[in-house]
Amino acid sequence: MKTVEEIKAAIEAAVPGAGVEVVTNPGPAAEHSLRIGQKHAVKVAEFLRDDSELALDFLSNLTAVDWPDKEITEKVKVTREVQKPVEGGEPGQVQTVTETVEETRKRVEPGYLETVYHLYSIAKKHGPVVLRMRTGNRTDDVSMPSFTSVWRSAEFQEREAFDLYGIVYTGHPDLRRILMWDEFKDHPMRKDYVEPDDYEYEPTAHDHVLERAKQHLSMEQPVAGGAE
Amino acid sequence: MSATMESALKARMARQEGWNRPPHVEPEGEGELLELSMGPHHPSTHGVFRMDVSLDGERVIRLKPVFGYLHRNHEKIAEGTSYLASMPYTDRLDYFCSLTNNWAYALAVEKLAGQEVPERAEYLRVILAELTRIQNHASTIGFLLQEMGASGTPLMYAFREREKIMDLFESLTGSRLMCNYMRFGGCRVDASAAWLDQAHKVVATIPEFIDEFERFLRSNEILMARTQGMGVIKPELAVNAGLSGPMLRCTGVGYDIRKVDSYGIYDRFQFRVPVGDHGDIYDRYMVRMLEMRESVSILNQALKDIPGGPVMDPKAKIRNFRPKPGEAYGRIEAPKGELGFYLISDGGPNPYRYRVRPPSLINLTILEDMCLGHNVADVVLIFGSVDIVLGEVDR
Repeated sequence: MKTVEEIKAAIEAAVPGAGVEVVTNPGPAAEHSLRIGQKHAVKVAEFLRDDSELALDFLSNLTAVDWPDKEITEKVKVTREVQKPVEGGEPGQVQTVTETVEETRKRVEPGYLETVYHLYSIAKKHGPVVLRMRTGNRTDDVSMPSFTSVWRSAEFQEREAFDLYGIVYTGHPDLRRILMWDEFKDHPMRKDYVEPDDYEYEPTAHDHVLERAKQHLSMEQPVAGGAE
Repeated sequence: MSATMESALKARMARQEGWNRPPHVEPEGEGELLELSMGPHHPSTHGVFRMDVSLDGERVIRLKPVFGYLHRNHEKIAEGTSYLASMPYTDRLDYFCSLTNNWAYALAVEKLAGQEVPERAEYLRVILAELTRIQNHASTIGFLLQEMGASGTPLMYAFREREKIMDLFESLTGSRLMCNYMRFGGCRVDASAAWLDQAHKVVATIPEFIDEFERFLRSNEILMARTQGMGVIKPELAVNAGLSGPMLRCTGVGYDIRKVDSYGIYDRFQFRVPVGDHGDIYDRYMVRMLEMRESVSILNQALKDIPGGPVMDPKAKIRNFRPKPGEAYGRIEAPKGELGFYLISDGGPNPYRYRVRPPSLINLTILEDMCLGHNVADVVLIFGSVDIVLGEVDR
C-alpha cells in the first residue's frame, strides 16, 4: 500500500487546494494520519473511494475526539537591555547592559473537536488509512461536512458523534440524537461535561452522592410551609 | 406535539436520493398509514430496541430504528478509569461473546503499547475465540428459528451445545458469561492439561451436532419459504454501509479479518472463508453454519499444536501501566463482525480517548433498506438474521 506521503501527493494532485497535512503518530503503532481541510472534504473522500489504486471503499470506524483549550506554560529566553549602576563608579552613574533571562509565559491554545475516520479497502484488502478533520472551535463553529453520501456507514456513527460531542455534520440526511433522548441538552462525551447533581438517585445516599443530593434538595425546597 | 418532536419528524421525513439511500416505497391504494412502535419490549427485539414503523396494511412503508435504552456511556466510564479496569467492562458489551471482546481490547492496547504476547497465550486466545464463535452462531440460528415459529426446540438444541462450551469457559476463567480472561501481554491463568483434554472431547462432539442441526434445517420447507429471497443485500451496498462478518459475507464478498490482517497467529491455520451468493436470510444462516465447521477445523489444529510455556509476557506491566503518547486502532473478526477499539494515549494511566467500533450497531445501518416493502412478520426475521446484542449497540 502507498505511504501517507504518497497518498497526500495523490490527493493533492486530484483535488487542488485540498489542504492535506500529515499527522505523525509517535506511539509504537505508528499509524500516521492525514488531516484534511473542510472545504474540499467530500471531494477528497470521493477520490479516496473511487481511485482505482487506493479504492478505500470501506469506512470502518468514524469517531470524534474532544481537544479542549490548552493552557501552555513555557519558558522563553529573552534578551533585554537593562540599566545597571557602574561598579566602582560614581553614585548615580548608570550604563546599559544586555542580559539574557528566562521568562515564564502562558498562552492558551484554542480547542477544537476532531473527527477521525479509519478507512480500509475491501477490493484491495489493504488499510487502514486514517483521516482527521477539525472544527473551527468548540462553541459556535462546530460543523463539518458529512460523509454519509460517500460512505453509508457514516450515517449512524455521525449521529453518535453529533449526540455525544455536538459536531454538526452538514448534509447529513437525518441528524438526530441516537443514544441520548431527544430532550437532552448537553454533549456528555466532552471533556468539560458536568453531570447534573441529581443524576444519581440512591435511596440511602452516602458520601459524595449524599453531598450532591443535599445541594440539590436545598435548591428544591426554599421555605418550609411555603403555602402560608 | 412539541416543537422539537415536530422538527424531528420533519427531519425524519426528509429524503435524500442516492444509490446508497433507502428505496422509496409508496403505499398502495388509499387510506391512512398505521404508525406502530415495535418494541422496546417486543420479544423479537432481543433486548430493548424499538422500531418506529409506518404500515400500509401489512406492508412496511417506513422504518426507523430507535436506540439508547441500554446506553450507559461505556466510553466515558472507560476514559475515567485505568486501562486494565475497563477489561471486565468489555465483557458487558456483547455478553454472548465476552472472550472476543476481551481479545479486541487487549489487541488494541498491545498495539498502543507495543507489547508482545507469548505463543501459548496466542493459541489459547484462538481456541477460546473459536469456541465463542461456535456458540454464538449456534444460538443465533436457534433464535432465528424461534422467531420463525419453531418454538423452543431448535433453540434448546443450540443451547445444549452452548452449555458444554460454557462449562469449558467456567472451568478455565471462573465465569460462564463474563469471562474477563485476557490481559495486555497474555492471558490471566494457564489452561491445565485436563482442561485441554476436555476441550478436545467437546470439540469432537460438535461436528455431530452441526450435522444433526443441518439435517433438520437445510431443506426444511418452512425455513426455505420464509428466508430465501428475503431481506436481500447487494454487495456494493453492504461494503458501502460498513457491514462486516456474516452480514457482509452472505453477499459474496469474501472479507474475513482473520485472513486479511492475520492478527494473532491466524496465518498458521488452514481454513476457508464461506461466502453466500444471494445475500438473503438463508445465505446468512448458511454462512453461519459453514463458519461453525471451519471453526471446528481451526480448533482441532490449535488443540493439536498448542505449545508449552508462559501465558503472560514476563515484561508486561500490570500496575502503573502507562502507554507512551500515541494512538492505535485494533480490530478482530468477532462472531458478529468487525469489532474494533480505537485508543488515544496522552501518557497518563487512563486512555484519553476510548472508542468501541460496535459491529452490531453498524450492521443495523441498512435495516430500513432490507425491510421496506416486506410484511411485519418478515421484519422480525430480517432483524433476527442481523444478529445483534443490545449491550453492544447501545454501549
